[in-house]
Amino acid sequence: MKIGATLQMAEAALRSNRLRTALTALGVIIGVGAVVTMMAVGAGAQVRVAEQIRSLGSNLIIVMSGSITSGGVRLGSGTLLTITEDDARAIQRDVPSVEVAAPTVRGGVQAVVGNSNWSTAMQGVTPEYFQARDWGVTAGRLLTTEDVDAAGKVILLGQTVADNLFGGSDPLDQTVRIKTVPFTVVGVLARKGQSARGEDQDDTVIIPISTAKKKVLGVSPANARSVGGILVKAADPARMGEAEVQIRELLRQRHHLQPNQDDDFALRNLSEVLASQEASSRVLSLLLAAVAAVSLVVGGIGIMNIMLVSVTERTREIGLRRAVGARRRDILGQFLIEAVFVSLAGGLIGIAVGVASSYVIAYFFQWSVLVSWSAILPAFLFAAAVGIFFGYYPARKASRLNPIEALRHE
Amino acid sequence: MHALRGVSVEIRAGEMVAVMGPSGSGKSTFMTILGCLDTPTAGRYLLDGRDVSSLDDDALSAIRHRRIGFVFQQFNLLPRITAQANVEMPLLYGDVPARERRERARRKLAMVGLEGWAQHRPGQLSGGQQQRVAIARALVNDPILLLADEPTGNLDTRTSAEIMAVVQELHRAGLTIVLVTHEPDIAQFAQRVLSFRDGELVGDERIEHPRDARAGLAVPAGRAA
Repeated sequence: MKIGATLQMAEAALRSNRLRTALTALGVIIGVGAVVTMMAVGAGAQVRVAEQIRSLGSNLIIVMSGSITSGGVRLGSGTLLTITEDDARAIQRDVPSVEVAAPTVRGGVQAVVGNSNWSTAMQGVTPEYFQARDWGVTAGRLLTTEDVDAAGKVILLGQTVADNLFGGSDPLDQTVRIKTVPFTVVGVLARKGQSARGEDQDDTVIIPISTAKKKVLGVSPANARSVGGILVKAADPARMGEAEVQIRELLRQRHHLQPNQDDDFALRNLSEVLASQEASSRVLSLLLAAVAAVSLVVGGIGIMNIMLVSVTERTREIGLRRAVGARRRDILGQFLIEAVFVSLAGGLIGIAVGVASSYVIAYFFQWSVLVSWSAILPAFLFAAAVGIFFGYYPARKASRLNPIEALRHE
Repeated sequence: MHALRGVSVEIRAGEMVAVMGPSGSGKSTFMTILGCLDTPTAGRYLLDGRDVSSLDDDALSAIRHRRIGFVFQQFNLLPRITAQANVEMPLLYGDVPARERRERARRKLAMVGLEGWAQHRPGQLSGGQQQRVAIARALVNDPILLLADEPTGNLDTRTSAEIMAVVQELHRAGLTIVLVTHEPDIAQFAQRVLSFRDGELVGDERIEHPRDARAGLAVPAGRAA
């Protein structure tokens, strides 16, 4: 029997019971649609985490000054141990697995332009900071070593700050006052977007570290060299662990810590935090897809159910076809093709529904979704497999009917 | 318990035979074996000189397809497709090209007097017309044997006569016909009557002057209805 004729017969049979066919297909449509949507949402979440890693800058370790616990008394009073700019220099110079080490200080400030003002986070940095964070400017220039050495009153604005203080006008060479100190805007930073914690990374201003300490934060002469933290970029993601060990060793040595003393600083590996987030978002998306796949299996059971009913209803037709010369495999093929036809049609529509609902979700919930062929193709193939798997049993049952009994069936 | 015991009968090419008997007499089993729908557990069945008693399911399907035409009491037409498509249906299981399928079905429909009804669905046809479509379908592969199982069981007297007229016409054209019926009137249209009871052949009677169904059609329609 020719495949074209088989397809025609399947089409005629399905067409003759449109509502039932549509409802059967609906199970598959919902299943495939759910798989495609959930995979898109899951992939979107993963892409977002990956973007956050990229926006943070890669291979970053943050060194923060820690609290002295047991060691505090032994070191004697008056020695407020904290990390310093010299520690940063030493890390960059002496740790081979480190590409760059950037000391930073930070503080909340009110930036004022004319009669508008904006509360934002200020960071005092050295030029190494921009290298560590892979950050550039969209207009103007970055800070230079000269700016730092001269404690220049120059400032870089994050996009959010620039928008809020200057609206549409060009902020370059304009004056921004922070705590009565007038700063000249020398550049506007490229957009970074949200951080992993949901903070707006563009809501910031950056000035030379020397200016920040002397003119804005006002550091006491006793710890003039101390900094809030050091941003360290490892030379290679594979050497992050090595870099951490070496930095710890170096700082303990520089801070004269005995083996029995705790660290007076803390190291945080930001990529690790994000990597664990990425892993959990991957697990989540897998879970979503699995739940969706269950609904596809339920759709398959719907196909089986309807095909079994159809075989019973069409027993006489099967007997007739056998009488006029249909072989068992012709009957098997006919019913199997009907089942696969329903599941494939349902699969195609389900893909369209899934893609559409992915974009609807993206629009209404502001989630990032990612529709990819690597999600669509497996969903479609899975739908076809469901059709074959759940269509086979009823089709086989039909093909095994005794033609005489089938013809006598009332 | 066997449905048939010790039945030995020879039906010659071109014969028209009626098979009679009450239900449970074995006549249905006899038809089943004649129609290659099943094989006997013991004994032989020679169809056109060839022993088909030990063939497998696919081979029996092929024989049914090429050599046997079936007509049933319930017509067994597929309700959703046209008369034309119903007649073409058996050809789908062979390798007949679409154009030839259409042409052959058209010719057979004309042969049973249904020219012009090809595009109607079974539900739009009368019982007699539906049975003619079924006959056309049985003939579409030019079988050597036509098996009719109570072909007039669902029809009134006049329509039955019409159908029997078609069957007798086919017989006159040389087709071998076996007709199962429980109505003695209908059996009288055949040349020979086989009677079954309790699985045994109890009668094999030759009818010298079979009734001519065309004569019944001369009766005014009012009486038949």
